[in-house]
Amino acid sequence: MAVQTAEKAPPAPKRSAGGAPEKRGRKRAFGFDRKVTPYLFVIPFFVVFGVFGLYPILYTFWVSLHDWHLVNGELGFVGLDNFTELFHDPDFYRALRNTLSIFVISTFPQLLFALGIAWMLDTKLRARSFWRSAVLVPNVVSIVAVGVVFSQMFAPSDWSVSNWLLSLVGLGAVDWPANVWSSHLAISVMVIWRWTGYNALIYLAAMQAVPRELYESAELDGASRWTTFWSVTVPSIRPTIVFTVVISTIGGLQLFTEPLLFGGVNGQEGGSDHQFQTLTLLLYKYAFVQQNSGYASAISWVLFLLIALMAVVNLLLVRRISSTR
Amino acid sequence: MAAKSTARAERRPGPLVYTAMALLVLASLFPLYWTFVVASNDNSVIGQSTPPLVPGGHLFDNFSRVFDSVEFWIAMKNSLIISTTTAVSNVVLSTMAGFAFAKLRFRGRNLLLGTVVATVMVPTQLGIVPLYMMITKMGLFASVSAVILPSLVSAFGVFWMRQAIDENIPDELVEAARVDGCRLIGVWWHVVLPGVRSTASVLAMFVFMTAWNDFFWPLIVLPPGTGGTVQTVLSQLAAGYFTDYSLIMSGAFLGVLPLLVLFVAFARQIVSGVMAGAVKG
Repeated sequence: MAVQTAEKAPPAPKRSAGGAPEKRGRKRAFGFDRKVTPYLFVIPFFVVFGVFGLYPILYTFWVSLHDWHLVNGELGFVGLDNFTELFHDPDFYRALRNTLSIFVISTFPQLLFALGIAWMLDTKLRARSFWRSAVLVPNVVSIVAVGVVFSQMFAPSDWSVSNWLLSLVGLGAVDWPANVWSSHLAISVMVIWRWTGYNALIYLAAMQAVPRELYESAELDGASRWTTFWSVTVPSIRPTIVFTVVISTIGGLQLFTEPLLFGGVNGQEGGSDHQFQTLTLLLYKYAFVQQNSGYASAISWVLFLLIALMAVVNLLLVRRISSTR
Repeated sequence: MAAKSTARAERRPGPLVYTAMALLVLASLFPLYWTFVVASNDNSVIGQSTPPLVPGGHLFDNFSRVFDSVEFWIAMKNSLIISTTTAVSNVVLSTMAGFAFAKLRFRGRNLLLGTVVATVMVPTQLGIVPLYMMITKMGLFASVSAVILPSLVSAFGVFWMRQAIDENIPDELVEAARVDGCRLIGVWWHVVLPGVRSTASVLAMFVFMTAWNDFFWPLIVLPPGTGGTVQTVLSQLAAGYFTDYSLIMSGAFLGVLPLLVLFVAFARQIVSGVMAGAVKG
């Protein structure tokens, strides 16, 4: 991520004192081109990010301090009332628990699987392009399609794919959406299915950059493959692991589409007892179903702070774990 | 890089690794196969004691029922317009900014580049309420522009193109073009774009796929009643107003198919793109 500094400046155009007027005009145009054009090149990004990214987030805080209806607009300043109400709202705490639970169940197995898969891919496999592409296929399937298809596979009936598989090993059918744990598990399977291969390829790229000598010396020390994996490979790709954890945190805490589709009609409720209603579903419900912008904005900000907090905690945790190995 | 990795990958995988990988690929592909199976069967095979596992002959009947149930073609057109426009604009704007950050000197460059990197971490989805108000006020509700505008360029693209331009375009080439009197926009067009053509086309594919699969924002500003995108229409199919599994899965199959075709055609480039992303991070 190191920012490269200053390449050589282009050789300054020779100053021909008192050149022809036409030449001087060209030189001025050249100066303008050199001084201003770089800004013109980078400014579209900052405009787009500022207008459609940063400004809405900041404005969300302003809205959260008001009684604000999506269509009717601002209905008066209420200070922190929306937040106070939110912190007394059992739906909020349930959504918070659900979000964290699904995040944990989906992220940690996913990243561990991804590490294992990357380790397998980082060998002299035959037809290696095939394996690499095959593990990435789920990632090109849209989250909506994943939600639709897996909701059928986890349908509460005896004949759904999941319950049929359970029956093959002699287990009874599960009413997946009805319970807290089973619904969280089903939703996590969707996330794991779509993202494991993607993360595996990211780890693979990092593993390929690990210097060969490290493995050779571990081998000379008589380390087993397992030890080598944990004491050489994992610490060497630590920055990449940190990166995936942070990205997964940002994405995982905003989980929306999978539970929405798993919920079927009135998906924003997250099940009959809101047993899999996530914070973003709650945000969506208040913002666009109830049209209570002020309250929805308060949820946004709490979620924003939560993401920032979790990202930092994860960062420290992962640093610590992989450095003590 | 290639030489290094072949020299290094001396671990020979045993049959256990191949078995594990095969099972994994099976798990990756089964949901798609099953989608195809249900999409190609009559709805009556659903609900029997075992799920259908063999394709049937009703695929095209089911497709035409999808077209009758939702405005699929309009959604397809919208998705194509949105994905193509954002892919092109991302390539243009990211290579321009990437060029400036990699090869040009200007005051505040490092600070601005740092800002670009930092914005990756901002969960902009959380600004959804004001964004909606803004788009409505601009009179863009229910138009494809509402979906396109916020995605015109991303930090990811700028950063990636900066890297590619830094690695692939020699400074001398830029200097030579400028000494010849080429303006920067000309250097960008004649030197930079051809020089990073392959990375830029992978970026275009990524942006296309991301835009194609995007759901949260299109659901809010371009809901199904107003045309929608492939994803919002698919979610409408599945939202329980129909309990016809063959119909729903046909819709899912139709929605996934274009990207699967794209993926099969460009798998190698897409895989290398994902892996390049890792090194950047």
